[in-house]
Amino acid sequence: MNSLIYTTATRIIVPVTLVLAVIVLLRGHNDPGGGFIGGLLAALAVAILEKARGVDAARAWLRVEPLTIAGAGLVAAIAAGLWGALEHGMFLTGVWPFYGPNAAGVNEGVPAGSILLFDLGVFLVVVGGVSGILFTLEEAGVPAEQPDDEEDS
Amino acid sequence: MTSTAAPATPEQAGIWRVVPALVLAIAAGWFATFLPLIAQGEYAEFVVPWIPSLNIELAFRLDALSLTFALLITGIGAICFLYASTYFRSDPRLKRLLSLLTLFAISMLGLVLADDAITLFVFWEGTTITSFLLVGYDHHKKSARDSALQALLVTGLGGLALLAGLILMGQVAGTYRISEWVQMGGIFRDSGLYLGMLTLVLLGCFTKSAQFPFHFWLPGAMAAPTPVSAYLHSATMVKAGVYLIARLSPALGGTEVWTWTLTLVGATTMIVASIWALKQTDLKLMLAYTTVMALGALVMFLGGDYYYATTGAVTFIIVHALYKATLFLSVGMLDKMAGTREVEALGGLRRAMPLTWGIILLAAASMAGFLPFFGFIGKELKYEGALGVASEPLLVASAAVLANALMVAAAGMVALKPFLGAQRSPKPAPSDPPMTMWIGPALLAVMGLTFGLFPDLIGPTLILPMAEVVYGGPVPVEVKLWAGVNTALKLSIATFLLGFVFYWMLSRIRQSLDKEVPRVADAAEGYEILLQGMKDLAAWTARTIQPGKMTSYLRYTFLLMGVLVWGAILIGTGGIDLELGDVPIFHSAIVAIIAVSTFAIVVTGSRLVAITALGGVGAGLAVIFVLYSAIDVALTQLLVEILVVVFIAVALLKLPRAGTGRLRIGDASISVMLGLGVTFGLMAVMSTPLDRTIPDYFEAVSYSEAFGRNIVNVILVDFRALDTLGEIAVVVIAAVAAVAALRGGGQEVEK
Amino acid sequence: MEPILAGLTGLLVAAGVYLMLSGNLVRYLFGLVMLSNAANLLIFVAGGLTRSAPPLIEAGQKVPAEGVANALPQALILTAIVIGFGLFCFALALAYRAFYAMGTAKMDDMRLAEPLEDTAK
Repeated sequence: MNSLIYTTATRIIVPVTLVLAVIVLLRGHNDPGGGFIGGLLAALAVAILEKARGVDAARAWLRVEPLTIAGAGLVAAIAAGLWGALEHGMFLTGVWPFYGPNAAGVNEGVPAGSILLFDLGVFLVVVGGVSGILFTLEEAGVPAEQPDDEEDS
Repeated sequence: MTSTAAPATPEQAGIWRVVPALVLAIAAGWFATFLPLIAQGEYAEFVVPWIPSLNIELAFRLDALSLTFALLITGIGAICFLYASTYFRSDPRLKRLLSLLTLFAISMLGLVLADDAITLFVFWEGTTITSFLLVGYDHHKKSARDSALQALLVTGLGGLALLAGLILMGQVAGTYRISEWVQMGGIFRDSGLYLGMLTLVLLGCFTKSAQFPFHFWLPGAMAAPTPVSAYLHSATMVKAGVYLIARLSPALGGTEVWTWTLTLVGATTMIVASIWALKQTDLKLMLAYTTVMALGALVMFLGGDYYYATTGAVTFIIVHALYKATLFLSVGMLDKMAGTREVEALGGLRRAMPLTWGIILLAAASMAGFLPFFGFIGKELKYEGALGVASEPLLVASAAVLANALMVAAAGMVALKPFLGAQRSPKPAPSDPPMTMWIGPALLAVMGLTFGLFPDLIGPTLILPMAEVVYGGPVPVEVKLWAGVNTALKLSIATFLLGFVFYWMLSRIRQSLDKEVPRVADAAEGYEILLQGMKDLAAWTARTIQPGKMTSYLRYTFLLMGVLVWGAILIGTGGIDLELGDVPIFHSAIVAIIAVSTFAIVVTGSRLVAITALGGVGAGLAVIFVLYSAIDVALTQLLVEILVVVFIAVALLKLPRAGTGRLRIGDASISVMLGLGVTFGLMAVMSTPLDRTIPDYFEAVSYSEAFGRNIVNVILVDFRALDTLGEIAVVVIAAVAAVAALRGGGQEVEK
Repeated sequence: MEPILAGLTGLLVAAGVYLMLSGNLVRYLFGLVMLSNAANLLIFVAGGLTRSAPPLIEAGQKVPAEGVANALPQALILTAIVIGFGLFCFALALAYRAFYAMGTAKMDDMRLAEPLEDTAK
């Protein structure tokens, strides 16, 4: 993958995809999208970057070890659950500090809270997990003599 | 503690060695305080709920039968514990032995005191397990391990049967309280399950109490140390089966089947065991066979539906426990002090070991049933009972006489052979053991004489109440030493004469027995064959279904899945009622693309084609998801499909080519069967109306309660967030595991 | 359309199983992907098919329009797809590892845990 066009294109594609991923994550509660889809989009961005510039560059660009990202996501999701437990006495109950129905029953305010934190956790787990495996798979060496295992039975 | 023996290792100091014995002695004293209550035919009860939902209680009940056994367990237990602490004074494993013995004593006490059938069973198994550990006490010896395993398998198998039998009885009765069972005998006997529960319960009792053809494990169990044999395998555990037969006889007894089964099995056991007893030259083994014989006699008399037979049986339980424990312990003393248990190697020890001889004489006299010993009373009652048995008095009586005559000969062999004649023994200077060893057996032996001389001490207080419990009605019997010259006495005299003849001709009988009775009645042989057969079967099964080939495992798994799916389709009630509906061309085209791509993956040998086709399948599915209103799913599917292709592309460069190979008909059949099963199963599922309760609820509250318009996402992050949390945890774990697998160094695994 | 999609599900299952039984690691992985696709489609179809009515609540409404698609199987499948992907990645890593550790991609020759008994001693 040493195509100049491809490498140059990634300079635009990767940031755009990442922004898109965050947007998809944020709008997920009301429109198609959410943590899983956003996370996969972001992972795709990382994969594109990695294919264009190699594992080392991708790792440097990420700065954080991918599995750490995944772990942080899990911690965020659990924290969201504990938040609900503290607020409502039940693990994973949604907490909406700035959002809720007005007198007419229409929800208004800033839709951020434990649910968004949870979805962010999902997002991070997917990005971290997928890029972690991808990087390691890419780094895994090929032995000098590759056994030819052509099957014939 | 003075020592006349010369142990090689220093004695273990400490009072702890006698603590278990002391505790048991105190327990025996405590149980004895119940005697006046029991003598009036009363009982004591103690109930705690255990598993209320299953109607199982920790119920305990102390009546005459339980009390007798409790006294035997604690009293003889205290003596055996004290004896063991001296017998094993130089053995560093004494603590283990005493712990195991204590555990056993607790199990055994629980067994005889339990009033709830399940509680009883738990303790029953407790005795099986502790017995296993005690028989295998010398676990460095293969023979001990084999014997322990044999005992465990035989009694364990019987235990399973017993559990099934008890549950059957519980189901029929509607309660698991044994005290209620014994009052509802008619319900059991009229039940259609009577034969089943009787067979199962008796199987448990017969294996535990070493009845023919399961008797072989008991002589094998003699691999256990002598105090253990004396305690478990003569006085207490082997009587658990007899105890249960006695306990349940008011509930299950009184039928032809009951009487005949117990009579025949008991009589056969008795005769076979007495013949085998005469063959033995190892005194301990000989005693083991006479124990089997005594157990046979007990079973036979419990079968006789006659109160004299019952009284004879319950008396004999006490008689036997007293003299047999004494003899076992005394043989242990011979073994310890004179160096062997082989009767041929011993002689003339009357001067060197006078106390031991005295004890053995007393016990053997009771065993032979001489006047005025307790054994005489037991024997007279048995004969009286045998003559009164309605069904087959001749059979029962002659079997009893023959067995008792052989018993007289056996008693003579233990009591006379090692002590008369010229002195010889492997150890140069035999002597009596220390007091802590002989005091217990001496006490038991003296009791055998005391109860004979003063039967009122035990007759009305314990024996008759016990007989009434077992017989389930009043027992108009008097326990006395001299009942006048009657038929039973004449039979006794005949027994003695016959016994003396046997004793006289012992060596000749033994020789001919060796020749004439080669392997008959050796059920141990059958056990070996059965055991080997089971091992072979297991090995064959393992070889067949576990060939170590991954494809075989997969094949079995998928085959089974196919069978299950088809089974569900064929057995299931709902048919397939599905209309084709409208089939838009575009939809059909997508399905066709997926089908063709699928086919290409299967057929192609090219990695590139396969990867492309895989992407085609995934993308096609995404389109289907879009067409049928699943936007989120479609997006996910599409993104994952792209990533899968990226991953495979990265990895495949490092993996060999896939290859195609020829058509594998067998695998293709399995695949097609499972595939068709899924198709028809799915169509059957779709033919039933969909339950929309849950989606309706989600739709109703998604906005008002969870503040979200995308119901799928609301389900994921709010309604079912706990599931999602589990799922992302799985993703993290999979990632960590995959990274670990890939990074784990590149070294070759040793072949 | 339902019977056709049921047939497609069966086809995917059959292909997946056939590939997994081939005894070749790479084909096994292909089969795994096919089987997880089939499982997702199975749940989706069993949950009922609804055309052009995604389970979304229109702006200004508090409940979705009448007759929108069943959201429950969609939520199930969405996570199932991601989990299936995670499983696939793990299997891929294992396959790679096994191939280099044992020097073969033939599954039946991987006998580390259950070595052949020495019958021809």
